[in-house]
Amino acid sequence: MKMKNKHQQGMIIKTCRKIVGGKGEGNALLSSKPINFLSMLDRKTGKVVDPKHPLFGKSIKGSVLVFPYAIGSSVGAYAIYSLAKNNVAPSAIVCFKTDITTASGCAIANIPTVDIDEQELVPDIGPGTRLVVEADKARIIVLASQPRGDLQQT
Amino acid sequence: MSSLELTKEEQEALDGKKGDAIASAYRILLAIGNATGADRLVPVEWAHVSGVNYNTIGDAGVEFLENFSEGAKVAIRTTVNPMGFDRDNPGDLPQQFIEKQTSIASSYRRMGVTPSFTCTPYEVFDIPRRGSAVSFAESNAAVFANSILGLATNKESALSALASAVTGKAPLSDLRIGKFRQPQVAIELEPGLEPRTELDYGILGYFTGKAVNESCAAIHGISEDLPTPAAKAISAGIGTSGSCGMFTAKDDKKVKVKDRIAFGKREAASVMDELNTAEDGDIVAFGSPQLGMAELSSLASAVKGRKFTKRCIIFCSRAIHAQASKAGLVDRIEGAGGEFMRDCCMCLTPLITKEKFDAVITNSVKGAYYMNNSNKVKVALKDMKTIVDTCAR
Repeated sequence: MKMKNKHQQGMIIKTCRKIVGGKGEGNALLSSKPINFLSMLDRKTGKVVDPKHPLFGKSIKGSVLVFPYAIGSSVGAYAIYSLAKNNVAPSAIVCFKTDITTASGCAIANIPTVDIDEQELVPDIGPGTRLVVEADKARIIVLASQPRGDLQQT
Repeated sequence: MSSLELTKEEQEALDGKKGDAIASAYRILLAIGNATGADRLVPVEWAHVSGVNYNTIGDAGVEFLENFSEGAKVAIRTTVNPMGFDRDNPGDLPQQFIEKQTSIASSYRRMGVTPSFTCTPYEVFDIPRRGSAVSFAESNAAVFANSILGLATNKESALSALASAVTGKAPLSDLRIGKFRQPQVAIELEPGLEPRTELDYGILGYFTGKAVNESCAAIHGISEDLPTPAAKAISAGIGTSGSCGMFTAKDDKKVKVKDRIAFGKREAASVMDELNTAEDGDIVAFGSPQLGMAELSSLASAVKGRKFTKRCIIFCSRAIHAQASKAGLVDRIEGAGGEFMRDCCMCLTPLITKEKFDAVITNSVKGAYYMNNSNKVKVALKDMKTIVDTCAR
């Protein structure tokens, strides 16, 4: 509980655009490169399996996934839905230029999704930053980074 | 950016008045409308839906379509992308795959879609008049529709095209608005580099899609009146590598582009470096996009008096196959040892896997991309003539 207070002291509120409604919270998982939902992810585990991608080896499960936009097959929308069905979807998604694949997949998978300018958000994301996406209020709450030790408990 | 306003009727449908399936279709339209900055929905005349192959949509997709098809019927002409195998010739695919694939096809049928199983609907169905709004998910078809047919579609996703199919609507945004159909970036071919083969066009398209993030690209240095196989190859290349959804070959001096990108030998070589991952292969595959009459006719002429020395699979739609049969092309190609697969396509097919093949020979840049990245099969990229010259005697 103490930790929660600490978070609220260090919080920054950002205005964004709602794409899909709802609220989600998680550790920020930032990708500077676009994401191909069909070919890059293991839909059962939520892990990034493309060795060429900066997020290789990481799991997107429960995170707030921040990336420019999705690329690749139009069937990527079903891949997003599969992640949700397998309980390995992100808690929320933040894009810099939300594409149709991400928007439609998240609409069906019920993943809160917002759109924000890259420069508006990225400088405030560091290791262990937590994000709360409140899509219906068109805002993202950035919670100050916590020490690594605390992270492991969550 | 303005937000999307729904009519009273649309709002009621979103709230569930027409059932859960239609409500979720409106949820999709609202989300993609928000994403693309639309202020309203407009009627579309034709939806072409992807997400048909069990290999790509998986169990979650099978279940989704089963539920969705119980509560929704298509409101407009709706055609569908290829499935995983030829309905008359599933080969040695596992029974489980065949059952799941059959369930997907039944769900689409229950919704009232035309079981076209083609990624080239523009070669099979009559084309609405220029300027009509449509909703095409298959990327080569979307680029071809915008660039060659004068139809207006965004590069839809499997689910957004499905939402358009059952509502008859799509957001008015991006390539459905005239001003966004002007090129923002130009690709300029270096002199002497005009593409000669369908492979050259595919490479140029792939480079363009990668280099241009905007909705529409100009390509300067190619004919404004491209033959269909060239237009298909370039559209498939663009659709595969990025988010650009339209090209124009017109060099309109009145249109100011913000960027000009040169395409020369080095750029073409970089695409080959990425996609051409083998010297040779143990099987030949033609048909991504599925072959049309023009390509089948070229192939039939090229194999005259020869036999393939390797297995050669030709992917085409059932409709084109029937037409090619009547024209005698199927007999001529089968006479040379070619093997037809209808209803499916070389992209993401379960028929060509790394367990069965080390490398595949193809002339398709799109096929090469998916073989390399999804099927994990290596690819030798060559144009059709070279393939026939080296693989048929």
